[in-house]
Parts: sequence; C-alpha cells; structure tokens
Amino acid sequence: MKIEQTRDNSTLTLALEGRLDTITAPELEQVVNANLEGLTALIFDFAKLEYVSSAGLRVLLSAQKKMNKQGKMEVKNVCAEIMEVLDITGFSDILTIV
Amino acid sequence: MAAKEITVNAALEKGEELTAFVESMLEPYDPSPKATVQVDVAIDEVFSNIVMYSGAKTVTVVANLDEPTSVFTLTFIDKGNPYNPLEKEDPDVSLPVEEREIGGLGIFLVKKTMDDVHYERKADQNYFTIYKKIK
Repeated sequence: MKIEQTRDNSTLTLALEGRLDTITAPELEQVVNANLEGLTALIFDFAKLEYVSSAGLRVLLSAQKKMNKQGKMEVKNVCAEIMEVLDITGFSDILTIV
Repeated sequence: MAAKEITVNAALEKGEELTAFVESMLEPYDPSPKATVQVDVAIDEVFSNIVMYSGAKTVTVVANLDEPTSVFTLTFIDKGNPYNPLEKEDPDVSLPVEEREIGGLGIFLVKKTMDDVHYERKADQNYFTIYKKIK
C-alpha cells in the first residue's frame, strides 16, 4: 500500500493506494500517530484503495476516536466494494463519509 | 478443474502469497470484481486469525472451483490448537464510536460476505472452509 501525505496547516490528507489489510494497517497507524499533534482535520482519500479488511477498520476506528477529541475526520472517494464493508460492520454510521 | 493447494509458514506476511495464489487461479474464470475483493478480504481475515490464535507453524490452503456453478471453495487446514472462530458471538455493529471494539469483526465480515462458511476439527487439525460464487 502507498500512503501519500499532504499537510496543509492543521489539515492532513492521506491518500491510500492498494490494500489496507493485516500487513499494511500498522504502517497507516504509524503515519496517523506521528502526525496527530496540532491536527484539526484528518482526511482519508480512498480513491485508489482496493479493499479494507478488519485490521484496517481497527486503525480507522482508533483514528476516529482520537480526532473526535481534537477536530474532525472524513473519508472520501469510497468505492462500492469498500462501502459494503463499512455498511456491514456499522462503520458507515461511525465514520463521516463525504 | 482439479483442486490446487499451497502450504505456507504461519506468518502474517505470507497472506500476500495466498492472495496471489488464489487470484492467479481464479483469473482465467473471469470472477466479478466484487467477489474477488470479498474473497481477498476473507483470506486476510481467516489467515491472520489462524496465524494469531492457532499456534500452528504452517497453514495449508486447498482451493477448488466448481465450474458449472462457479462456486469457489477455499479450505484452510492447520495443526494448531482446536479453534472454531464461528463459536464467537457476532459483534454489536450498532454501538457508538466510543463503545466500539474491533474483536470478532473480521470473522463477522467473512460470514456476511461469503455464501457459506464451515468449521470442522478432524485428525487433530482445524479445517475452515469458505464458499463463494465468483460470478
């Protein structure tokens, strides 16, 4: 998985490409945790993301809990296959999908 | 087609090898993109579960496609501790964010996206099988 980071003041956009699974989820968690300080908006761009497994959901949940305390988090460009995973697991109610 | 099998070490990074094995096997049959993604996710969930909880050293995967029905069958076999992930209660997916926990979500996802799942313990081995119509 590739993670493209764009920081604009207190907004961080993470564009993910490939697969967010057991192998790659820890990388994403590291990037999120390393950038949390002073962050008021965390945007995930899923345009090039192929799929998310539960290991990826765990990272998204943890990021959402942290951003609830200091700002907002949004997920954009979610494809139908990933949307189904978010719907089944109830994550479409937890996350802000734009 | 004849069943194919592969044996890998029980290490998380070997999941990619399994995914590649299955994708290359299914490709000639033109599976739907949705079914492909769902099978890939199921492989990640089931294999990581075995690696983390069974204590097995290796995992053998037997794959078979029934051409007339397009039903793909994938069986994960390991010599680890008896472990039936289907006995776990389904997670409550309606809880608010602060109360959500992630445990059990992977197998729940597999149960919801595969057409059927089956667990059996025989000859001191765990057999976990997923069934999915690929088109």
